[in-house]
Amino acid sequence: MTGGSELPAPILEARGLVKTFGHVVGLNGVNLELRAGEVLGVIGDNGAGKSTLIKCLTGALVPDEGTLSLDGSPVSFRRPQDARAAGIETVYQTLALAPALDIASNLYLGREQRRAGVLGTWLRLLDNSGMRRSARARLTELGIATVQNIGQAVETLSGGQRQAIAVARAATFGSRVIVLDEPTAALGVKESNQVLALIRDLRGKGLPVILISHNMPHVFDIADRVQIMRLGRTAAVVRPQTCTMEEAVAIMTGAKQVAIEA
Amino acid sequence: MAITQAAGADRDPASALSKRNQSPLSSVQSILHRYPALTPLLVLIVACVVFGVLNGRFMSPTNLSLVLQQVAVVGALGVGQTIVVLTAGIDLSVGASMILAQSVMAQMAAAHGVPGVFALLIGLFVGAAAGALNGILVSRIKLPPFIATLGTLSIFTAIALIYSSDQSVDSTQLPDVLNWTGTIIKVGSFRITTGVLVMLALYAVFSVVLRNTAWGRHIYATGDDAEAAALAGIRVNRVLFSAYAVAGVIFAITAWVLIGRVGAADPNSGTNANLDSITAVVIGGTSLFGGRGVLVGTLIGALIVGVFRNGLSLAGVQDLYQTLAVGVLIISAVGLDQWIRKVGK
Repeated sequence: MTGGSELPAPILEARGLVKTFGHVVGLNGVNLELRAGEVLGVIGDNGAGKSTLIKCLTGALVPDEGTLSLDGSPVSFRRPQDARAAGIETVYQTLALAPALDIASNLYLGREQRRAGVLGTWLRLLDNSGMRRSARARLTELGIATVQNIGQAVETLSGGQRQAIAVARAATFGSRVIVLDEPTAALGVKESNQVLALIRDLRGKGLPVILISHNMPHVFDIADRVQIMRLGRTAAVVRPQTCTMEEAVAIMTGAKQVAIEA
Repeated sequence: MAITQAAGADRDPASALSKRNQSPLSSVQSILHRYPALTPLLVLIVACVVFGVLNGRFMSPTNLSLVLQQVAVVGALGVGQTIVVLTAGIDLSVGASMILAQSVMAQMAAAHGVPGVFALLIGLFVGAAAGALNGILVSRIKLPPFIATLGTLSIFTAIALIYSSDQSVDSTQLPDVLNWTGTIIKVGSFRITTGVLVMLALYAVFSVVLRNTAWGRHIYATGDDAEAAALAGIRVNRVLFSAYAVAGVIFAITAWVLIGRVGAADPNSGTNANLDSITAVVIGGTSLFGGRGVLVGTLIGALIVGVFRNGLSLAGVQDLYQTLAVGVLIISAVGLDQWIRKVGK
């Protein structure tokens, strides 16, 4: 509207989020803007409010104050299912996979597809072969070719492969926004790179990604903008091109103070 | 079996090291991990062969028919118990729920003159209500399943005894519908009861339900990792509640099978049913920690116990040694399960 806005309109926008837990203030008036086709890194020390912010965006927590809007229209999420229905998919740090179930079952966990016709509507039978077929197609499309057998139990996979399954699930069903919580925390170098490549791939397809991570090199490697949290507030939003990791750490710890907007 | 495999691997340490993931022992482990009913099936086949060699009468159609009739009740209870155990729960009130439903069916028909079909339906409703109570205690009040069902075990037993005045109702006082499960069907020289068919039908139906419906998959996911299932969008509390309620209905259907088997509605029958159903589930390869196992394994588990008891008594072994053998079976089965579960760790 005003001059100088050649930036694309935000897909997901949070304004003035406040969340308190008794006397503890988790979020103290936080704004967040996620634009189309960008990776937004969220960093901050322990207790800075990263998790609380993400939980407010994905329906796991309901903020006390503040507004959320998706594609310009206001939304409010009472539970994770609401955010999911709106097209916001979250990959939790714990991955939320059922280890004993196979890859296809995990991809469709909680939204299984039924067979066509009477078998599906009346007898409520699942379309197992159809789900396997599309799960295989999906993994190939995302370049996760290391998985040999779609009927393999998830617990037989490596940490990186499990992470990839969780990301693939989010990418399959997330139509608006993907949120990744510490996706490389438990992974080795090679597996981390695999996950980072997946994130680039999602961005290439136009899906905006919010990436929460403790790993500064990963965030600075992949994020378009980095939101730095400190004591329940946004300390700054910086661009990796114009801000070094040392500066970011200084902002994070309060050693340096800057104007918020990047 | 495990010991001989390990010895085999030791003899050739170089090849075992070079392909660590493919050592014979770990490939056996991963096969068992994929097909949890495989071990019980092998045990059942070996047991049948051994008992058949020991005593020629064991493999006779008459004797095998008898084994089937003997496992009908425990086998049918095992269907409900398996569903509950797959959610990482346990139901100690299985036998009590069954006796409660049976007492209601019998009293409705014999004392209140309710037509047989309606007496049966009311019994099924009571079973569902008993299961629903367990479900509420576990999913809403968050009691540990062991404690919740230990409590309802006493409550249901007491209500059944009070309601039936501790009186058995003979089959002559019961309507045909309730006695139907005792009907004998001749297949060649086999003599199978309709109660056995009801039990097998329960296995057929619930095998399909567990494998091919979203509800079945959610049962597995909830037992596997309840927190992960919830984050994946599964309503874990509903799944838990429905598992216990459905199990309650299955226990009431078993009450019907029991009337046919015993030839009366006796509130003091089926006293060992609680532990026997858990035994069948465990020997059948379903993990007590939830999320792993197949329903048909429980049928095989129930058959193993039936075959052991029958075969040992035909071989002239005393009752007490049969119980000893069942105990060894249980411990072997759970030990094997612990070992198999290491694959994922």
